[in-house]
Amino acid sequence: MSQSTRSEAVASHKIDNGAPLLEVKNLHTHFFTGEGVVLAVDGANFEVHAGKTLGLVGESGCGKSVAAKSILQIVDKPGRVVDGEIIYSSQVSAGQEVRRDLLRLDAGGAEMRAIRGGEISMIFQEPMSSFSPVHTVGNQLTEAIQLHTEMSDKEANETAIQWLSHVGIPNPTQRLNEFPYRLSGGQCQRAMIAMALSTNPRILIADEPTTALDVTTQAQILNLLQRLQAETGMAMIFITHDLGVIAEVADEVAVMYLGRIVEKAPVKEIFRNPKHPYTKALLTSIPRIDAQPRERLPSIKGSIPHPQNRPSGCPFHPRCPAFIAGTCDVKEPQLAAVGENHQASCFLYPGC
Amino acid sequence: MLGYLIRRITYGIVTIFAVSVLSFLIIQLPPGDYVTSYIAALEAQGDDVSAEEAETLRAYFGLGQPPYVQYGKWMYQIAQGNLGLSFQYRVPVTEVIGERMLLTIILALGSVVFVWITAIPIGIFSAVRQYSIQDYIATTLGFIGLAVPDFLLALVMMYLAWDWWGFSIGGLFSQEYAAAPWSLGRVVDLLQHMIIPIIVLGTAGTASLIRITRANLLDELRKPYVVTARAKGMTEWQLILKYPVRLALNPVISLTAYIFPFLVSGSIIVSVVLSLPTLGPVLLRSLLSQDMFLAGAIILLIGVMTVVGTLLSDILLGLVDPRVRLE
Ligand SMILES: Nc1ncnc2c1ncn2[C@@H]1O[C@H](COP(=O)(O)OP(=O)(O)OP(=O)(O)O)[C@@H](O)[C@H]1O
Ligand code: SF4
Ligand SMILES: [Mg+2]
Repeated sequence: MSQSTRSEAVASHKIDNGAPLLEVKNLHTHFFTGEGVVLAVDGANFEVHAGKTLGLVGESGCGKSVAAKSILQIVDKPGRVVDGEIIYSSQVSAGQEVRRDLLRLDAGGAEMRAIRGGEISMIFQEPMSSFSPVHTVGNQLTEAIQLHTEMSDKEANETAIQWLSHVGIPNPTQRLNEFPYRLSGGQCQRAMIAMALSTNPRILIADEPTTALDVTTQAQILNLLQRLQAETGMAMIFITHDLGVIAEVADEVAVMYLGRIVEKAPVKEIFRNPKHPYTKALLTSIPRIDAQPRERLPSIKGSIPHPQNRPSGCPFHPRCPAFIAGTCDVKEPQLAAVGENHQASCFLYPGC
Repeated sequence: MLGYLIRRITYGIVTIFAVSVLSFLIIQLPPGDYVTSYIAALEAQGDDVSAEEAETLRAYFGLGQPPYVQYGKWMYQIAQGNLGLSFQYRVPVTEVIGERMLLTIILALGSVVFVWITAIPIGIFSAVRQYSIQDYIATTLGFIGLAVPDFLLALVMMYLAWDWWGFSIGGLFSQEYAAAPWSLGRVVDLLQHMIIPIIVLGTAGTASLIRITRANLLDELRKPYVVTARAKGMTEWQLILKYPVRLALNPVISLTAYIFPFLVSGSIIVSVVLSLPTLGPVLLRSLLSQDMFLAGAIILLIGVMTVVGTLLSDILLGLVDPRVRLE
């Protein structure tokens, strides 16, 4: 594809470093199941800045996906956002921003749907099953485009082809009429990225987009995402349990444990100067370069408690090597500054 | 798609062959040959048959020849539209079943359409609003529909129709149209008379199809592509109807083929109760009176209808689901 058509497809977003583009405050998302209430997200706080990547990291089941879906108000039943604010600053016209609490919008209403997939797009872990197997790739791509633009079928088709070729899919015109099973996992994820970005979103939420792929493809997809971010200036929330990937893509890191953010800092700071015992434990368990690609992080002592029987006090206390009896199991630590641009919630630090 | 089509048609032909052999065996089943039973039947009705006539008949039917030759002859005749003679009615089988065949197909198709247009929307709604009051009501009614025997339902509906609207629903035609040639009036009359038989015949199918649609859709609703569609900004009904419903209906399409023969055979008792001029009662009577050409022909036709139904739904499935064509 020539340089000129490429710039047609990719509209650039202005990068500014003022107020966050998206601010998640005190988010609580619970699942009301027959066996009881699951506190999947229980007071999470994080923010996303324009043009930057927030890495959301934590062990499996800590509530990363649920937090991400809460932003778009697409939490699966029987889950519900029960408390919190999600302040998103929409661009109403050039240079003019309006800050709105997304949770105040009707989940099925037109305003929320315009944001969903239009201003904030999301890609998922299982690229193959994230496409409908009985609709063509083109059908699903143009649908996304036409939901958020006034394009005719023909224009939407052309845009879809441009995006497919832009994400590195060979023979995009032919691919458009094919069903997803004809694409490899990596190609499916590329098509998914094309679909998510075809509406020029300001934020891309990538929920473990490389976990299901082999190492080589993983690296290609990460490079692709970084390239596209540089071109479009979009912000990213990158969800993973792989700190190696975080080191590569993130600007800021939020470490999540049992539905809460336990530590937040710029990426270098997290790696050089981790404060929270959970973050330290995660860092010592980073898979070695020669480890199996899909291997889970070697687990930290003990297992993650089920969110349904959350421990009292600091949620990490049953597994914490620095556990302070009489404090950690009684009181709940708060997220507080432990350094410049660095927050943690742990009684080892004053102010928490 | 072409390869898939050829494969399906080949299977269909093989199955039809198997069904025809089976039907032939049924014809051969009673002791003696058909001429013996034919003569017995005729004599029971007071007709005398001479030994000479018997011989002619035997020669005509090719008895005494090896079974495969007889089978071949039977098939050859059928290919020419001759299904043999009915002993009981003493007219060609085609004459006995001609219009009944047509009415049976119309009734079965009508029932399938009824089952589809009631069960699919209810099933979809039940799944989307899982555990709602409406879902529970649909589930309860579904189980009742499955549990109540058809003939009982037929009797109750007949009584109600008579009691409430003074509408008598024996048969498929009013008296003035029963023997009349086809006309617009006759078609309208038929449609009116078909309503209750279709409801009676379709109830059990509707009940089970509601369960199937609901279960399939609940499965599909949990798939990742639904989340993708939601994350695109589609409205909930827009995405449900386009994606999971489309996938949940694939098995429903192939199931229709299995409902079809069930409707034809299941209609026997209902047809007797409602005195419908369909194949069912004739099949029953022909089996009771060992009217073997008639029974064989009906079984063969039902078999062929089933195979054709299966073939059609396979083709439909191949059209809507690209994965099926691969196999
Ligand atoms: N549909 C649901 N019903 C009940 N509980 C749920 C449901 N979805 C998620 N949960 C609960 O919410 C918690 C957080 O789940 P979530 O999917 O956000 O984890 P995650 O951090 O994304 O993990 P992973 O790395 O495995 O994707 C889990 O403990 C899970 O039990
Ligand atoms: S608060 Fe206590 S238990 Fe929790 S992480 Fe800090 S030291 Fe460990
Ligand atoms: Mg997840």
